[in-house]
Amino acid sequence: MAKQITISMGKKLEKPLPMDKVVDKSLKRTHTIEVNDAKVWYDDFMAIKGIDMVIKPNTVTAFIGPSGCGKSTFLRLFNRMNDYVDGFKMEGKIKVNGRNIYKDKIHVEDLRKEIGMVFQKPNPFPKSIFENVAYGLKIQGIKDKKLIAERVEKALRQADLWEDVKDKLKKSALALSGGQQQRLCIARTLAVEPSIILMDEPTSALDPISTSKIEELIFELKEKYTIIIVTHNMQQASRISDFTAFFYLGKLIEFDKTKKIFTNPEKQQTENYITGRFG
Amino acid sequence: MKLKEKIIEAFLFLCASVTILTTIGIIIILLYESISFFKNVSIFEFFTDTQWTPLFSEQHFGILPLVSGTFLTSAIAIAVALPIGLTIAIYLNMYAPKGFRKTLKPLLEILAAIPTVVYGFFALTIVTPFLQTIYPDLETFNSLSAGLVMGIMIIPFISSLSEDALYAVPKSLKEAAFGMGSTRFQTSIKVMVPAASSGIIVSVILAISRAIGETMIVAIAAGQQAQLSLNPTIPTQTITSYIVQVSMGDAPQGSIEYKTIFAAGLTLFLFTFSLNTFSFWIKKKYQEKYE
Repeated sequence: MAKQITISMGKKLEKPLPMDKVVDKSLKRTHTIEVNDAKVWYDDFMAIKGIDMVIKPNTVTAFIGPSGCGKSTFLRLFNRMNDYVDGFKMEGKIKVNGRNIYKDKIHVEDLRKEIGMVFQKPNPFPKSIFENVAYGLKIQGIKDKKLIAERVEKALRQADLWEDVKDKLKKSALALSGGQQQRLCIARTLAVEPSIILMDEPTSALDPISTSKIEELIFELKEKYTIIIVTHNMQQASRISDFTAFFYLGKLIEFDKTKKIFTNPEKQQTENYITGRFG
Repeated sequence: MKLKEKIIEAFLFLCASVTILTTIGIIIILLYESISFFKNVSIFEFFTDTQWTPLFSEQHFGILPLVSGTFLTSAIAIAVALPIGLTIAIYLNMYAPKGFRKTLKPLLEILAAIPTVVYGFFALTIVTPFLQTIYPDLETFNSLSAGLVMGIMIIPFISSLSEDALYAVPKSLKEAAFGMGSTRFQTSIKVMVPAASSGIIVSVILAISRAIGETMIVAIAAGQQAQLSLNPTIPTQTITSYIVQVSMGDAPQGSIEYKTIFAAGLTLFLFTFSLNTFSFWIKKKYQEKYE
């Protein structure tokens, strides 16, 4: 069941890349995200210059590239978080689980329940730990207290935070450490059971120990979720991801298995970047 | 050169001290005259007597009717200003297009720039007759129209300060809420307003403080009868409008009637002072939260 992905920068690459053993056969979906010639402008500035990409379920994909290369903008296309940016304009097709999220009559609110997001700086709500995790369930109108409590515990366990906070669920989330706050944000996202989780430099504000905990977590979450992570940390990308995409100046330069990108990249630019010659 | 600097410094210090000295002076006079008032009238009577009739032949010195009048008109004003002001703040912060926000906010603040005497006449000559068409038993002078109009006057206090508070909520929280799939409304009510609550509370307290101290509107539209009642359809008197009444009348200096205004003034000052201190305390206590 070898799937194929094609990547290109405007035009198609000649040779399709093989991809295997990452697909969970129980899942009907074969492609989680399909991007077709995506272009983004902020007013007159073209931030994304035509990108095609296919992301498979239950994989971790890392987006790397120098600051301003468009990787964050590209990530935020998937849950339409760019919609709030002034002057944002977009062309092209993005299909998530088979639906064109910029065309079909979708509710962005529903889309975002399917695609969770973890941000660069931990941003828990100024509420209790419990209320933070329960938030997503409550806004969906779930009132069953028992169900909420179960889901909160499950999410906190998944985020490896339950042992730390089980005795102080009523305490303010802002009293937690930075690393705990970020795991709380992950738990908050997991509680609504999305299929895809977007992470925008989730460890850049954390110390090395908290970082490695989050990385372990990402590794575990891969079993159930599709994860896309933007990172500035090359080691992080090579440690945790199955696929790596290298962006430069709004273009997708190279997209391949992480191992290939870091050992034998096709493009000179990619090699220069990962070996630290620029960026 | 050094001398010049010293003179400038002394001058600046003098300017700053004038305001502080004035405040201290006012407080001393308020206290002095009030103490002399309380030599004639016991504090117990002042706070428990249910009548306030210093200008009548049978004198009573119970502040409660004035306090109830002040409370009633202010409560009506807040009941108008809080929902409208907060709605405007949320609209401006979460819904309005960016350019619109920049135009509408200063426009709203014009409401606060209208002389209060104009509001007073507006209440008496427009609002009261209009309300009388709905409720004919409404008296010409009543706390309802005065309170309603005062509420309109203080809307900008609430809308503007609350919007500032909402604006100060970190963008990351808004993103988190949207990222979780919240609608704009859910984001406003469940995340933004709670996160800005300290600023919103401060805005409301300052608005209450402003309403309690407001004089012209109540003096013109609410009447001059001190009555211990929470009925908004009848005339009432607030602490401020009583002070106006006596100051414009001919109570001889040093008489007990004259001294009542200091006791009333002191009461008013204590109210507004504690409210302002309370808002200052809230601001201090909750401000650092996101730093």
